Amino acid sequence: METFLGLDYPTLWFIVIGGLFSGYAVLDGFDLGAGFWHLFFKKEESRRVALNAVGPVWDGNEVWLVIGGGALFAGFPKVYASLFSAMYLPFMLFLIFLIFRAISIEFRSKEEMKWWRQFWDVSYSVASSMLAFLLGVVVGNVLNGFNMDANGQVYISLPGALNPFSVLVGFTTLALFAMHGGIFLSMKTEGRLFSKITRLIKGAMIAFIVLFAISTLYALLYLPHMSDRISQSPVLFLIPLAAFLSIANIPRLLSKRKFQWAFIFSSITTCLSMVIVAVELYPTILYAPANPDNSLTVYNAASSEKSLGIMLLMAAIGFPLVLFYTIFVYRTFWGKVKLDETSY
Amino acid sequence: MTQAHQHAFNRQSINTSIYLPMDVEILARIQFAFTVAFHYIYPPLSIGLGLLMVIFEGSYLLTRIKVYETLARFWTKIFALTFGIGVATGIVMEFEFGTNWATYSRYVGDVFGSALAAEGIFAFALESGFLGVLLFGWNRVRPAVHFIATVGVFLGSMFSAIWIVVANSWQQTPAGYHIVGEGMNARAEITDFWAMVFNPSSVERLLHVWTGAFLAGIFLVLSVHAYYLLRRRHIAVSQKAIRISVICALVFSLVQLFIGHLSADGVARNQPAKLAAFEGHFDSSAVADMYIMGWVDKEDQSVTGIKIPNGLSYLLHQDFETPVTGLNSFPEDERPTAINSVFQFYHLMVAIGMLLILISLFAAVQLWRNKLFNHRWLLWVLVWAVVLPQVANQLGWFAAEMGRQPWVVYGLLRTSDALSDAVTANQVLTSLILFTLVYALLLTLFVYLLTKKIKHGPDDTSELMDQRTHQQEFTKQLTH
Repeated sequence: METFLGLDYPTLWFIVIGGLFSGYAVLDGFDLGAGFWHLFFKKEESRRVALNAVGPVWDGNEVWLVIGGGALFAGFPKVYASLFSAMYLPFMLFLIFLIFRAISIEFRSKEEMKWWRQFWDVSYSVASSMLAFLLGVVVGNVLNGFNMDANGQVYISLPGALNPFSVLVGFTTLALFAMHGGIFLSMKTEGRLFSKITRLIKGAMIAFIVLFAISTLYALLYLPHMSDRISQSPVLFLIPLAAFLSIANIPRLLSKRKFQWAFIFSSITTCLSMVIVAVELYPTILYAPANPDNSLTVYNAASSEKSLGIMLLMAAIGFPLVLFYTIFVYRTFWGKVKLDETSY
Repeated sequence: MTQAHQHAFNRQSINTSIYLPMDVEILARIQFAFTVAFHYIYPPLSIGLGLLMVIFEGSYLLTRIKVYETLARFWTKIFALTFGIGVATGIVMEFEFGTNWATYSRYVGDVFGSALAAEGIFAFALESGFLGVLLFGWNRVRPAVHFIATVGVFLGSMFSAIWIVVANSWQQTPAGYHIVGEGMNARAEITDFWAMVFNPSSVERLLHVWTGAFLAGIFLVLSVHAYYLLRRRHIAVSQKAIRISVICALVFSLVQLFIGHLSADGVARNQPAKLAAFEGHFDSSAVADMYIMGWVDKEDQSVTGIKIPNGLSYLLHQDFETPVTGLNSFPEDERPTAINSVFQFYHLMVAIGMLLILISLFAAVQLWRNKLFNHRWLLWVLVWAVVLPQVANQLGWFAAEMGRQPWVVYGLLRTSDALSDAVTANQVLTSLILFTLVYALLLTLFVYLLTKKIKHGPDDTSELMDQRTHQQEFTKQLTH
């Protein structure tokens, strides 16, 4: 088996996909979190500022999901097929909310009428919050595992997908993004809106810490196949520990009013949460509790080495390019939001 | 048990709760066709408008004439609207491969997935990355940097078409792969990336798609500015825009004639059953006619209509006597089922292509004679011609995709074997209803907001003085 830096190709591709989804969580995470807070702002001016904070970047952020999805499809087609067909309705709802999030941002400013703007404000906020929640639900279900047959097929009803643990992870994700998005908004706003957001972040932070602790505890107690690896290895145990320290650092930085640092740490927290999920899963991706032989792992679900090799090369060429555009656009719109005639 | 039986068996055992008259296959096909056709209203507009935005903004940078800047800014706003809906509806298909076509995804992921991933990383990222600067960066970056963003977005949308057409062309003419495993575990694995990318049909189909997209954008610009002239508004900018767009329309409608012929040639070479369906040709030992219009009788295996005798034989072989492979050379279950629909879609597309050449040519001649702006009826033709490239683009895709049936990957995997076995008809119907409702809302809003933006028009008030003189001249011209 071909290796690079001592890692075989399926493992490398697992890391690449993990990196893409982490990038998505960090980047679109703050858009979705900003959307969650939208209805908390009452004044038209405040809502416009909040919307324009994510205005120039949300679309580029969503690209990470498109690439992540494509990478999963290409690298682990069996996982893509089983996961998406099993979670049919949650994914369809996710798509509908993704559409509403996009058009709400685009359409809101196109009319002056109060009801029009109110409608798109509600649509934007509900869609953003539901997207965050559903992302968590999918992660929860992946951690739970699916009882697939030998062909990787399984049918899950909507109530089945909304099992207690997945709902818990859903709310945890929502709280994480709300905190993350709130901190992002605090970097982009001034005056009364700024002080309002800094007050609101605290609630999300407390909610996230509590929910994160509960879901970790739940996983330790009820999902032994997932948490065994971490609870038995002292080295790997450092990862959740680092996550807790990173979370604990956020209130300290916020109280010192170091918002950019707080944003960096909420990004790190988001990434570490993804790393925990990845470490708990690897080398399995979709676990079949009733019949572990049917589980899909990075080895039995991966594309051919040839295909993975080609795509690793594409990733190596493409990643610096993506990084370049991302830095370019963030630099252009750095600092507090200034509304002009091109704004939403 | 054969693969097909296995599938039928699985679906039966899972779908015990089905009470619907329609099965998963037809619902999933309707859903994919509907969502992709709706999506495809927007990307061609983005590509075509992108081309003109690059021309407008580039001309401004070179000449510093204000009219070009006004045009670039105005069309960027319209572009934002089409792009927004294009993004919102585009990710749907990527997900549908996994949700509705799980067996397909398992079968082709190794090959098809890499093209899709390449689209994301090389095209969509470029496009979306620069979009923020294009839309909101007018006052934040230098004009040259803004122009780079415009070009970046345009190139991104062109690259996007490359990878999507490559992926689809691989379904039409698979290359650079081998099949491993058997039965349920059979799947295509990539053996040669560049052979996959440059599969036998990808280049001509890409050129066909690009040109169709250019025409969609060009005719939207023509339509809007012809409307302004008829309403005697924004005259200076509109005349400038029409001059540029008419030339583009002429060039690309003629280029499309040539590329369209290349594509048909390719279909004859690579997918003879599809070409036979395009022309309703059944008998392989016979020379083939080319129809201008007609009606296919599948039972009687005949076509009634206006034809050029032996025309298809000549077009493909440059010889009136050479026979063309007909549908009868293929077993019944390897022919497209909806032959008459495929025939009609294909012929309407070709007819529209010819009509576009005619309109462009006539408009160009009138422009050259300096009379284009005097003919109100011609301006009205341009206003309504906007629907033609859109319809042709849709028809072309329907002919291409329905003509590929019953295969989802030509000769390798049948559409009926490609479904998600775990998904029920009820689920697909639910999501189909949801998409129908949401897309109806989207289309209504799109048309409403587009009309509103058009009514608002370009911000050319700074050229008001200029405008007045133009208006007087223009009124004089019209009254003469």
